[in-house]
Amino acid sequence: MSTADWSEGAHAALRRAGIGLLAHVPDAGLARLIERCGADPTMRVVGLADEREGPALLAGAWLGGLKGVLACQSSGVGNLVNMLGLAATGRFPLVMIVTMRGEWGEENPWQVPMGRAVPAVLEAMGVRLLSLERAEEAGAVLDGATGLAFGSEQRVAVLVRQRVLGAKRFLAAGGGR
Amino acid sequence: MRTDLDRRALVARLVARRGPALLLAGLGSPAWDLAAAGDHPHHFYLWGGMGGAFAMGLGLALARPERRVVVLAGDGEALMGLSSLATIAAAKASNLALLVLDNAAYGETGGQPTATEAGVDLAGMAAAAGFPSTLRLERAEDIEAALDLLLEGPGPVLVQARIDRRPQPLVLPPKDVVLLKARLRAALGVEPELAR
Repeated sequence: MSTADWSEGAHAALRRAGIGLLAHVPDAGLARLIERCGADPTMRVVGLADEREGPALLAGAWLGGLKGVLACQSSGVGNLVNMLGLAATGRFPLVMIVTMRGEWGEENPWQVPMGRAVPAVLEAMGVRLLSLERAEEAGAVLDGATGLAFGSEQRVAVLVRQRVLGAKRFLAAGGGR
Repeated sequence: MRTDLDRRALVARLVARRGPALLLAGLGSPAWDLAAAGDHPHHFYLWGGMGGAFAMGLGLALARPERRVVVLAGDGEALMGLSSLATIAAAKASNLALLVLDNAAYGETGGQPTATEAGVDLAGMAAAAGFPSTLRLERAEDIEAALDLLLEGPGPVLVQARIDRRPQPLVLPPKDVVLLKARLRAALGVEPELAR
């Protein structure tokens, strides 16, 4: 499956939910979603220097009546853990779209530890997990996530599985690995 | 370098002059300062989430482009949120202003020196990031000019106020964040999501 397949359904679901803001630290798996949201005149795209800014920025946006989502790679989840406490204490709605590394055909061992830890870390901080395992389910899963987060003031992470994204290939010059 | 700049006097003048601006105070002494100046539905106080105050201000500023948003932050908070200077500059958040109440110390944990004690120039860092308005405020007689910049200057704005370390009476703001959130949203006329 290509990333285009899941990002189309995901973007449509964000529009249905009235999302006006995509905050992100980019990932190859998020590239098409970032492009789609950037081309959408109803959405503002804000690049973050650090994932930790995301939950705080979205909480501030919510105070002002703007709904946003955070998109980042699994390694970035490790950067933002304490800021999930802000979202929990204030019962701020939070939707995170997390593209997973280190779990399927991963060729970069540095991606494995945080990728493995993401579900346990998020659950420990009270974040509900939804798993996106087939590209054609992206719209339904994002509908579920936004409904739960904004309708019931919950913290929800959609884990976009590396099997859906395809493992990143590292080809050294000359074709070797 | 020590100054005679009184943090409570500075924040009291900000509150007196803020008009429709929204004020968000980061954890520690800035939150106590804002509470001491008087509570209001347009005030929001953090008791945690250290390093997130600037980013939270950016979110509020993006949601409310017609309003000035002023973040009050300690120097420890500002140092932990330095990445947000880049994010805010890149987002060209022209209605966002950051007031750093810089006593060069971690006030809630025993007064250990922060990096600003060694001379780290937060206003210079913001200018280098691309903030069009930055200022180091060191004298009480310059407070009104600094407030002009915070409330009306082309943003994003950062004012690094080199305040003194005189102990201040502890004045605590409400810590029910859910209540503060609902209060600010209601004051801004945001339709309550859960009422649908």
